[in-house]
Amino acid sequence: MLFTSYGFIGFLIIVFTIYYLLPGKFQWQFLLLASYVFYFIADPRYLIFIAITSVSTFFAAKHISDKKKSFEDWFKEHKKEYEKEERKSLKAKEHSYEKKVFLACLLFNLGILAVTKYTNFTIANINSILASLGRADTISFVDLIIPMGISFYTFQSMGYLIDVYNGKHEAQENLFKFALFVSFFPQLVQGPISRYGDLSKTLYEEHRFNFRTVSFGLERILWGFFKKLVIADRILVAVQAIIADTDTYSGFYAFAGAMFYALELYADFTGGIDITIGVAETMGIKVTENFIRPYFSKNIKEYWNRWHITMGTWFTDYIFYPISANQFMMKLSKKSRAALGNNLGKRVPVYLSSFIVWFTTGIWHGASWNFIVWGLGNFVVIMISQELEPFYRWFHSKVHVAGTFGWRLFQVVRTVLIMSSLRMFDCYRDVPLTFKMFGSIFTEFSLNQLNGAAFIGMGLTGLDYAVVFIGMLMLVMVSLVQRTGSVREKISTLALPIRFIIWYGLFIFTLVFGAYGIGYSASQFIYNQF
Amino acid sequence: MKKLISIILIFAISIAGLSFATRLLEPKYMSGILEGAMIAEYYEDPTDHNVVFIGDCELYENISPVYLWENFGINSYIRGSAQQLIWQSYYLAEETIKTEKPDMIVFNVLSMKYNEPQNEAYNRMTLDGMKWSKSKIDSINASMTEEENFIEYVFPLLRYHSRWSDLSSEDFKYLYHRDKVSFNGYYMRVDVKAAEDVPEGRPLADYQFGDNAYYYLNKLTELCKENDVELVLVKAPTLYPYWYDEWEQQIVDFAEENDLTYINFLKAQDEIGLDWSKDTYDGGLHLNLAGAEKLSQYFGEILSEDMGVPDRRNEENLQKYWADVINRYEAEIARQEANLEKYGSVHEPE
Repeated sequence: MLFTSYGFIGFLIIVFTIYYLLPGKFQWQFLLLASYVFYFIADPRYLIFIAITSVSTFFAAKHISDKKKSFEDWFKEHKKEYEKEERKSLKAKEHSYEKKVFLACLLFNLGILAVTKYTNFTIANINSILASLGRADTISFVDLIIPMGISFYTFQSMGYLIDVYNGKHEAQENLFKFALFVSFFPQLVQGPISRYGDLSKTLYEEHRFNFRTVSFGLERILWGFFKKLVIADRILVAVQAIIADTDTYSGFYAFAGAMFYALELYADFTGGIDITIGVAETMGIKVTENFIRPYFSKNIKEYWNRWHITMGTWFTDYIFYPISANQFMMKLSKKSRAALGNNLGKRVPVYLSSFIVWFTTGIWHGASWNFIVWGLGNFVVIMISQELEPFYRWFHSKVHVAGTFGWRLFQVVRTVLIMSSLRMFDCYRDVPLTFKMFGSIFTEFSLNQLNGAAFIGMGLTGLDYAVVFIGMLMLVMVSLVQRTGSVREKISTLALPIRFIIWYGLFIFTLVFGAYGIGYSASQFIYNQF
Repeated sequence: MKKLISIILIFAISIAGLSFATRLLEPKYMSGILEGAMIAEYYEDPTDHNVVFIGDCELYENISPVYLWENFGINSYIRGSAQQLIWQSYYLAEETIKTEKPDMIVFNVLSMKYNEPQNEAYNRMTLDGMKWSKSKIDSINASMTEEENFIEYVFPLLRYHSRWSDLSSEDFKYLYHRDKVSFNGYYMRVDVKAAEDVPEGRPLADYQFGDNAYYYLNKLTELCKENDVELVLVKAPTLYPYWYDEWEQQIVDFAEENDLTYINFLKAQDEIGLDWSKDTYDGGLHLNLAGAEKLSQYFGEILSEDMGVPDRRNEENLQKYWADVINRYEAEIARQEANLEKYGSVHEPE
């Protein structure tokens, strides 16, 4: 059920109505039911997968949490009976048992993700290797279903498991409450990857109808629809035309395609997240923000702190830090410092950890080499920018432009250009072709390509481009206003007629200029596939 | 109180805005494809009809109710629309019988060849013009193709919003009214394009009409019998789409089994006096005015002499009504003929 489908809107109306008609204590149970119905409508078989992940993670986490608690209680009572070394040994033994349960659950669930999502990718690579060795025999591909949102709910569940294992919080005592945390339908399809500590604060609470909360939620949903239907799905036509005909659309067109895709992806993904957050908000539930005006970032590192934030922090907290701090890395650090000197040697474990993080980030996005190369591309850019830090310091000591509007603008544009270039791997979905098209921007660029007729040939009319442009201006304006606080809060302080004109105007604008219905192919949200 | 007024105002402005946007963006069918406006025109005819023709272009382009009135005093209406499917005809018949009670419904059988929903654009031309009723709802549900959604019929803005880039002066001119485009459902063309080299029908893998088509033909028969309305099946005399012998036999059998009158005008072309070099405007697909009036003369005689449809020319209210229609009819003939002479086409150049 696409967020922008009539079915989803109808589903929302029913859920919303029942949710507020029910006594508060039944609201979370109803949300669980609604979430499973939502998933069932997508494909009944998906339910098996999400149920297995929910049940296995719940029991593993509960077992770890209970064991931890009972051991701590026992230990408090009995620690005086043991010598220091014995106490250490007891703790280690206990920890070892918890670790076994933790790893079993982690590997089991990551195994499901790996098998469903990466089996055919692995087979394709093995076949390529066999072919390059001159072997004619190949392994057949297997027909596996990939449950909707599996990457999101698996990561969300494993984040919870890791937090419980690390003693960050106690395990949820109620299986059904935990199942709701995993399956909460607004965020099931494309995230954000919520943390249990954040989402659980409002997920299980009783919520009474509050006009302000509900209207704020609806406003956020409307803004999401505007982004998705008016901007993303309209410019999508030109993006698809550019990708589909690389012979015609090279040089400047490839650059334009990368820029169009930057706009499409932003409007599509943030629009989807706006709908997610808005839907949750109408029911009084707070879902973590996933974007903070990422295209205003001045460097790649900052960009990744502002784009798909919940994914970035997940990889940082659950992969980067554990890897950086593990025994192997400690040993590697020592050895590399000894071999390469302190300055260079200390970077080896950091870079290796970063490499692993970006490799997994890439493959998390999709089982294909273009995503892996895209991930590693990010790694390379971040490493280069770190290595260039001394140069920047030297530059700024000589040229005093830091902090000026011009320099900030240059930084923002530079970041957008770099990120858009990297995203060409996502666009073309083919590594050699992406390099070729990126190269063509420099080798085949011609002023003759700057003609309107060619852009009209991409399937959009001049009026379509005008709508996209107006939509983009609205995005920029809202982003600028957002820097000093919530736009919805600001609008809510205006006089009623002005508020009405703004929201009703946006509603009509989306309704009329949205690319939906007959004549438009219903387009999935890009992040649904991850 | 102030709050209540604000809420009412907001509600009213919202509805008015949506209504305006819908009216502006929905197609008007006042030029070019006129067929989309024909179904709605029926509701503006206040008279009770003795004969209602229900079907596709083989009726609304081939029979002239004006001619039937002028020469036989038959008060008739054609509830026709482009590629009208049999379930749409059935629900139009159901609605007609609820609205008035004609003596006779004449149904053109060509649509029996379609067993499932065909085309969204044609669906809209038939269904958008219908007034909301159970018949309309059932007709929508029976007609929708996979790409369609019921809600887009309830809120046409969801369907037609994309016309914002095609808006013309016509959309503003016809915001709150429509001109009449038909003459009691008849779509007039006076020009001539002779029928030459009409192709034979290609052999079909299966000549059997579908179950769904038969289901609605049976329902139509039942509906008419239950309401004491005579159902007459006809096949228009036009040469294309090809009418197969196997199809003919199935209709003959059905008419016999159900005690219905079936007239295949294809077999009476000579008696009608059709001249395919003069009586069609599109090479034999449809009749022009000359052809339609010939067919109307032939059918009018059957209706009045054999079937006893009364002559109502002495009724004052009908005289008034038809005088208006005849005026428009003649004005349209004059307009099309003038255009033909001036531009070589019945249409004014754009």
